[in-house]
Amino acid sequence: MVKWMLLVACLFAGSAYAQVGISGKVLDNKKRPLKGVSITIKDSYDGATTDSAGHFSFTTTEKDSQLLVISIIGYTTLEQTIFIGSVKLELTLQMKEEISELKAVVITAGTFEASDRKKTTVLDPIDIVTTASGNGDVTGALKTLPGAQQVGEKEGLFVRGGTAAETKTFIDGTLVNNFFYSSVPNISQRGRFSPFIFKGTVFSTGGYSALYGQALSSALILESIDLPEQTSADLSVSVIGVGGGYQHLAKNKKSSFGLSYNYTDLRLAFAVIKQQQDFQKVPIYHTGDANFRIKTSKTGMIKYYGYFSSNQLGYFVNSIDTLGYLNGFGLKNFNMYHNLSWKENLGRKWKMNVGMSYTNNKDNIETALYNEGKQEVLLQGLEFKNFQVEQKGNYFNSKLVLERRYGRLNMIRFGSEYNFSQDFTDYTAYNNQKYKQTIKENISAFFAETDLYITNNLAAKIGGRLEHSAFFDQTNVAPRISLAYKTGKSSQASLAYGVFYQNPETRYLPGSGILDFSRATHYIAQYQKTGNGQTFRTEIFYKQYHNLVKTVSNGSTQVALNNNGFGDAKGIEFFWRDKKTIKDLDYWISYSYLDTKRDYLNYPMAIQPDFATNHTASVVVKKFVQKWKTGFNAAYNFATGRPYFLIQNDPGSGKPEFKDQGKTPMYNNVSMSVNYIPSIGKQNAKTFVVYVLSVSNIFNIRQVYGYQYSYNGYRKEPIVPPSRMFVYIGAFFSFGVDRTEDAINNNL
Amino acid sequence: MKQFLLSTICIVCLFSFSEGQSEKYVKAMEQRIADMNKSSTPESWLETANGFERIAEAEKTQWLAYYYAAYSHIMRGYMLSNGKQGQDFSALTDPEADKAEALLAKAEALKKDNSEIMILKKMIATLRLSADPMNRWQTQLPIATEAMNAAKKLDPGNPRITLLEGQDKFFTPEEYGGNKAEGKQLLEEAVKKLEAQKPASSIDPAWGLSQAKYFLSQMNK
Repeated sequence: MVKWMLLVACLFAGSAYAQVGISGKVLDNKKRPLKGVSITIKDSYDGATTDSAGHFSFTTTEKDSQLLVISIIGYTTLEQTIFIGSVKLELTLQMKEEISELKAVVITAGTFEASDRKKTTVLDPIDIVTTASGNGDVTGALKTLPGAQQVGEKEGLFVRGGTAAETKTFIDGTLVNNFFYSSVPNISQRGRFSPFIFKGTVFSTGGYSALYGQALSSALILESIDLPEQTSADLSVSVIGVGGGYQHLAKNKKSSFGLSYNYTDLRLAFAVIKQQQDFQKVPIYHTGDANFRIKTSKTGMIKYYGYFSSNQLGYFVNSIDTLGYLNGFGLKNFNMYHNLSWKENLGRKWKMNVGMSYTNNKDNIETALYNEGKQEVLLQGLEFKNFQVEQKGNYFNSKLVLERRYGRLNMIRFGSEYNFSQDFTDYTAYNNQKYKQTIKENISAFFAETDLYITNNLAAKIGGRLEHSAFFDQTNVAPRISLAYKTGKSSQASLAYGVFYQNPETRYLPGSGILDFSRATHYIAQYQKTGNGQTFRTEIFYKQYHNLVKTVSNGSTQVALNNNGFGDAKGIEFFWRDKKTIKDLDYWISYSYLDTKRDYLNYPMAIQPDFATNHTASVVVKKFVQKWKTGFNAAYNFATGRPYFLIQNDPGSGKPEFKDQGKTPMYNNVSMSVNYIPSIGKQNAKTFVVYVLSVSNIFNIRQVYGYQYSYNGYRKEPIVPPSRMFVYIGAFFSFGVDRTEDAINNNL
Repeated sequence: MKQFLLSTICIVCLFSFSEGQSEKYVKAMEQRIADMNKSSTPESWLETANGFERIAEAEKTQWLAYYYAAYSHIMRGYMLSNGKQGQDFSALTDPEADKAEALLAKAEALKKDNSEIMILKKMIATLRLSADPMNRWQTQLPIATEAMNAAKKLDPGNPRITLLEGQDKFFTPEEYGGNKAEGKQLLEEAVKKLEAQKPASSIDPAWGLSQAKYFLSQMNK
């Protein structure tokens, strides 16, 4: 009997208990029913999922005190102790939305981002290379975004009434000097770095983080790629040169290294496309780079990127100063750049980013007057036209950022930056008289900022930066604040305020008086709506300039006099991108209105500077025809005329005044590019090929960037691009090495 | 003595075979799998997923429970993307892919080098890829290919490999290496293999037949 009873007890063990019903309702923080919530009695199989009314109901054989776990993606998991007796339980549960990266508002004021981080990013990484007017240059695509000016005669990004020098570029956190090839009069130079070495681009047109300084207007923040996906070799052939590279990924996929070399020679292109300039030394560039990347932990990585370039060019143009003579210009450049960075998770909440970069740049410039037979001549009164100058720069930048996470997404970031620069100039006048000078500067900076997520809908970034310049012996403190508020499911509003300091440009140094930092204060308000393949974004801004550098003429160069310059810029910008309305067609339209005036350098008063116009617009269209595996890209850039003027010192008063003034005609440019990618989407493709054809200014429209004057101011000539139209034809081959091996191994 | 023996058996009963698979576990799983096979909406797939996760977290040592929970989230992802082709639906499906990945990692920690787990890895990559193909094929395609190759290496006869290959071949545009005829052939082959498959137990992965048949029925329309 006892045995029998025990056996029964055995058989029914686990199921012989009485079942008790548990039911209820789950609500969100706004008391709306939540569907799809999982209710579980911890460590048991018992539970249920809520229906569309937030109801759930199940029975359990568990007894006494139990832990109820309530969970759903996007909400903080709730744990509640319940007591299961013999009576049915009825529960009402309320969940709190988790502050999550996916849902939280993102601070976007002033910022355009191209990365794979989705959500608020306006551009895709591929846009950088598929924008027709971009010409495969990192900054090319950015010039189609609101905020940037269409300046064609000089390189750089002219943002919201700021000069190109007011935009600073950072790679993996550290400052890059000589981001563009060395300046050539009236010919805009390309960026040195291939857009393919970057995976993320942040283009800030104002109000950026305290991590960045020494830029009055804009920061271009580039992030280099991580480990390559596979070992591969690549080759490029185009009308302007050839290149090749090799990337090796270690077997354990924890490290990689790579090398590449490019030879650019414009002889062929210039033979076909006539240039304004008569090149006796057609531009030739040798560029090489090397990299290694080591994965130090799950999220940690050490990256090195090294670059060198050597190039030269020389040309004649008709002298504007004296008829029948030629002006010769020659440039030799050597540039070396090294960047080493290390990011690492230090424990659960701490993160570290440390980086350093070193640049060595050398320019040799020769300019002189030549007679028609191209013999160098020295003309009386124009002796200053014949000179040589050697410029050497050594730049070192290092930065340490520590980041501590607290709460779900909140972050505190702090660290320091150190920047060393040494600019050496050796000027040889026509009579062999030499002028040498060296300017050494040390800037140390400390910064701290916090990302505060008050709710998923409200976030703030508050920070500050302290900088000390050894050269000027001045210190500044710059506060930065941004706010973002989610106004709807896919819309948000942001505000940003910040103070930005920058050293007077080295070219105006040493100055003749005590100098200080120039300062800009930004006020930005933004509204953005994204979703369903469409983005709308509008920003209004007001920027105040203080302490801009005023200069005096010192013979033929301008030298800093004081910081009495000032100015402001205000405007409104619109951006609309739509990938949805027309099937397989992606387009964006941007428009900027800018009203800016400044009194700086030798300006007699506050005026609209020659690099700024009132209206700028771009239309960019992309269509990928899957059937043909071909992408068609077109871009139209428009800008109203820019002012030009001649400022000369009045012989009587010695004060600068306008001798001539005017406005350039409107700027129009239509560019097209076609990319044919026969191997796209193929699995196990061994070779990946892209053929590119791009044409700038296809309608051959005359473009005038400004006017230049003879030394005496009697003659002026329009500044036009070297050629109206340019055609680029190229092919890029990439040979995947690893995949082939995989495929072979798998078939054996 | 006898009483002692019996009591021992009882205790063994009560503590439900803490090693290996208990009867309770197998029964619950069988029930869940039956429910899963009837799932046809994102809601029902979530319910299935939650059910498996409950079992997984109670047991902690059963890879299959995590496996099915991950599979259910993947299927929910596919269901959510229905009718949204051509749009970027990553906001909808990425959370499911993330959740599936987290569950699958737990399954893999318990069961290394398993063909079925590799298949789910491939499916997660495909789910991510399909949300935004233009920007993701470069990162997700290699992951999918690698997982598929690993699945083949571990169990070349796995009928679900043939099913996925057929699906890929059939639904990929021809210019990207798709082929309707080959796809159909592979799916027919998958049906044969799925009908002939002999799962190791009543709860080992055996899914795929209804999908294969469904795809074939759609083709013949």
